[in-house]
Amino acid sequence: MGFAEEKPIYLQISEKIEDAILSGAFEENTQIPSTTEISVNYKINPATALKGISLLVEEGIVYKKRGLGMFVAPGAKERIEKKRRNNFYDSYVRTLVSEAKKLGLNKKDLLEQIERGFDDE
Amino acid sequence: MSRIEISHLTKTFGKTKALTDVSLEFESGHIYGLLGRNGAGKTTLLNLITGRLFPDSGEITVDGEPVLENDRALSKIYCMTEGSKYPDRMRVVDALSWSAEFYPNFGGKYARSLCKKFDLNEFQKIGGLSTGYTSIFKLIIALACGSEFVLLDEPVLGLDANHRELFYRELIENFSSSQRCFILSTHLIEEAATLIDRIIIVKNGTILLNEDAQDILESGCTVSGPADLVDRYVQGKKLIGSDKLGGLKSAYLMEPCTHVPDGLTVGTLDLQKLFIQLTNA
Repeated sequence: MGFAEEKPIYLQISEKIEDAILSGAFEENTQIPSTTEISVNYKINPATALKGISLLVEEGIVYKKRGLGMFVAPGAKERIEKKRRNNFYDSYVRTLVSEAKKLGLNKKDLLEQIERGFDDE
Repeated sequence: MSRIEISHLTKTFGKTKALTDVSLEFESGHIYGLLGRNGAGKTTLLNLITGRLFPDSGEITVDGEPVLENDRALSKIYCMTEGSKYPDRMRVVDALSWSAEFYPNFGGKYARSLCKKFDLNEFQKIGGLSTGYTSIFKLIIALACGSEFVLLDEPVLGLDANHRELFYRELIENFSSSQRCFILSTHLIEEAATLIDRIIIVKNGTILLNEDAQDILESGCTVSGPADLVDRYVQGKKLIGSDKLGGLKSAYLMEPCTHVPDGLTVGTLDLQKLFIQLTNA
């Protein structure tokens, strides 16, 4: 019996790059690591790294400068935030509610915990 | 773009059929994972490709030329195997110079930089190297040989975790800049899984699977949960196998998981699981 990995590797790569953009590690209009650097670092086939980067190109998060490499697009951070806000319900709320139901926590209990989460911040 | 073409290859040893009617292609720009259980026929296949064995029937060509007794075709292929062909008393540094004589595109400078990275003492005699360093020595020659096709049979045998990691990084870097073809025959499937982009599974001397790695793994999935729920869900689906732990069950499917009911968890299909399920029994 194994632990199922949740996501294909190319998606994990694009999410890692997005995380780096959100955290400010990769700033707008600056170059991101090359396909080779990414694939060497994570020990993955360059085709997999390329697939992860291509996804970000399609979404307008990074763009290609011919002969130079990949750069963070202006407004990339907002675009990622918007995308993740749209996915927030599916990615977090559904699992949160289903776990709460499994444990016999009702709506009121859950709302209280959410309030506590905000207060602790 | 270079290409090895194997057509209808059969090889027997006495009464044992090692390979039966195997047809395959290897192209530059790919890292192949040649996977199979012990005795499946992987090493026989590699030895046939490099002309060290003669097939009973069938043909192997490199860029259209047959490999048998053909130096020009064979010079495009380097095969790292278990044994070492270098004399025990030869020093590493001399072995590197000798390799440059045999392989016209041998990267001498690159080989020496790899010796430094792996902390391999160039002035040590080959016979005095530990198991791990014997592997490292052979890997360095394989990486630096400059051939279009590099065949690696159990490349990380005896290497510690740090050296394996270093080797995988060097392999990817070498592949990125050269786009040569690497064929990795290994039992360490989990470690090789992310490196390869083509999967070839050999079973009892035949090719069981020959696919793009991403495509095949993405087209499958794993569902886990209570056994009765899993059993109901997988009915009529392309099931390749399952594992059970008490009342908990994981099922491996060769199709995407859609409309999964509450209570079941969906995950990706990993190469090791796929391999074990396909080659069991």
